[in-house]
Amino acid sequence: MSAAEVSVRRRRGSFGRLFASEVHLVFGRRRNQVGLLVLFGLVTMLGVALKVSAMRHPGDRGGDLFSLVAGNGVFLGFAGLTIEIALFLPLAVSVLAGDAVAGEANLGTLRYLLVAPVGRGRLLVVKACALGVGALTGAVLVALAGVLVGVLLFGAGPLITLSGSQIGLGDGLLRLLLAALYVAVGLAALGMIGLFISTLTEQPIAATVATAMVSTLLWILDAVPQLDWLHPWLLVDRWSAFIDLLRDPVFTDRMVTGLWVDIAYGAVFLFAAWLRFRVKDITS
Amino acid sequence: MSSAPPAIASDGLGKRFGRQQVVADLALDVPKGACYGFIGPNGSGKTTTIRMLLGLVRPDGGSCSLLGEPMPSAAASVLPRVGALVEGPAFHPYLSGTANLLRVDAADPTSDPATARSRVGSALERVGLSAAAGKRYRAYSLGMRQRLGIAAALLQPRDLLVLDEPTNGLDPQGTREVRHLVAGLAAEGTTVFVSSHLLAEVEQLCDHIGVMREGRLVAQGPLAELEGLRAQRFRLQTADVAAARGVLSGLGVQDASEATDGLAGSLSGVEPERIVRALVEAGVAVRGFAVVRPTLEEAFVELTGEGFDVSG
Ligand SMILES: Nc1ncnc2c1ncn2[C@@H]1O[C@H](COP(=O)(O)OP(=O)(O)OP(=O)(O)O)[C@@H](O)[C@H]1O
Ligand SMILES: [Mg+2]
Repeated sequence: MSAAEVSVRRRRGSFGRLFASEVHLVFGRRRNQVGLLVLFGLVTMLGVALKVSAMRHPGDRGGDLFSLVAGNGVFLGFAGLTIEIALFLPLAVSVLAGDAVAGEANLGTLRYLLVAPVGRGRLLVVKACALGVGALTGAVLVALAGVLVGVLLFGAGPLITLSGSQIGLGDGLLRLLLAALYVAVGLAALGMIGLFISTLTEQPIAATVATAMVSTLLWILDAVPQLDWLHPWLLVDRWSAFIDLLRDPVFTDRMVTGLWVDIAYGAVFLFAAWLRFRVKDITS
Repeated sequence: MSSAPPAIASDGLGKRFGRQQVVADLALDVPKGACYGFIGPNGSGKTTTIRMLLGLVRPDGGSCSLLGEPMPSAAASVLPRVGALVEGPAFHPYLSGTANLLRVDAADPTSDPATARSRVGSALERVGLSAAAGKRYRAYSLGMRQRLGIAAALLQPRDLLVLDEPTNGLDPQGTREVRHLVAGLAAEGTTVFVSSHLLAEVEQLCDHIGVMREGRLVAQGPLAELEGLRAQRFRLQTADVAAARGVLSGLGVQDASEATDGLAGSLSGVEPERIVRALVEAGVAVRGFAVVRPTLEEAFVELTGEGFDVSG
């Protein structure tokens, strides 16, 4: 049988198959599994630290998020997202983004994907989707870790919002899920910056470090009061706005604007990655 | 001969990396069904040419086509019919051989997921890797890795195989097996384009060759035709060098050069019998006269210039 007799038509579901292969690759990698464990462990450590301080100073409650945890374990999910959003989650996404294209180039597997032929645009879209899944997994895992550890240490029940009102447990969990999704969109946008950087180099570590540096720089700029005119334009400026979900009624203005900023960043950098990758000489 | 389009054709193909012209003005012509040996010393531009043919590297100038369709624009429809090994194998170290091949197969949008496992299994079997199919790639030896690379090229029935130094790193037994495998595929009608810096290998396997030197194709054609390049030479043993030279130039043999104990040079189409008779009749004391044909190896070294030194 010659190949000419075999259909060279694109098969339905081929994108899904490649996407499944990509997700399998990312989650099958030991290092990435350890990364997820670290994200989980950090929330556990936070929970234990809060438990210890609650035992040493019982009844000493402020009105901030961390104090609320002692009253209801579900709050640990929000607290976990708060402590991991600035460094650990962006770092995790940077690692995945560094691997995405530069990692394949470094191994040389990129040339075999391209002669398969995967299609450059198709590969980039699959990589972008996998980064989205990675971002989502990280954020949801942190929230989930918060609920598990929090409920174990502090118990569950109705939640007191930051506005002082009370909401049911189910409502609270739903709001936590929304918070994780919101964080994931921001992280995915950072992933697109990383994907672009990943098309510029054959060194995954370099791409990872550069992406993590971009994220850190954005946080630093966002913290300098003299630059407040710049803040609304920074990707990370509204990342912490998920805390608005703990107000009653929920305050959505900042989050909606935040989502638009995320989408704009994501689209611009995905497009930049495509412009670069489309014509790149693959000499690795 | 049929008027089928050539399996590989290029015209004026060129590539420059920085200030170095790595491939220049390349006009490849690989007939359909041929087994084409692409030889040249290290750094002569073989891999770069293959990368351009497969659409990995964009040529600066010229055009090329695979199986009659222009590259890289027709990559999506042509490449599923092309199996390739480019500059050695490359796989994910923490995946098994099987998992790696499944990934390569998943990347091809035209491949049938229903038959993926069986195709992967038979590709592994063809290269003798069935026993190591479940082993992680990082635990593979050099030769096993090379075999896995070849297996990836055989995941589908192909019309064209482009193999860049396929026997690199294989033991003698493995080299023989791969040669046998490639010969079998060629016999089935698959066009094979195989690069090598080992002339002996290409000579045994191929019916066409192209010779690269510093980015240029210095010879190309059916092997039998290129054998004609091996002009016959003579060696004359004599003490009367000056007299012998006079007789030879009288016969039209001009480029004779001094050898250790006489003269040597190209016959220039003159029959050896005539030369010997003329020498004897002129009273030149002939101690010995021999006609020698250079090996293909020697012809190759002549074509590629300074032999096997890396240029660039
Ligand atoms: N990415 C690159 N950047 C700069 N120069 C390159 C690059 N890739 C190849 N070259 C140069 O191009 C020339 C040809 O390289 P190529 O790999 O095509 O040779 P080759 O014929 O395949 O050699 P070998 O037999 O060693 O595999 C070499 O001089 C090499 O240094
Ligand atoms: Mg090479």
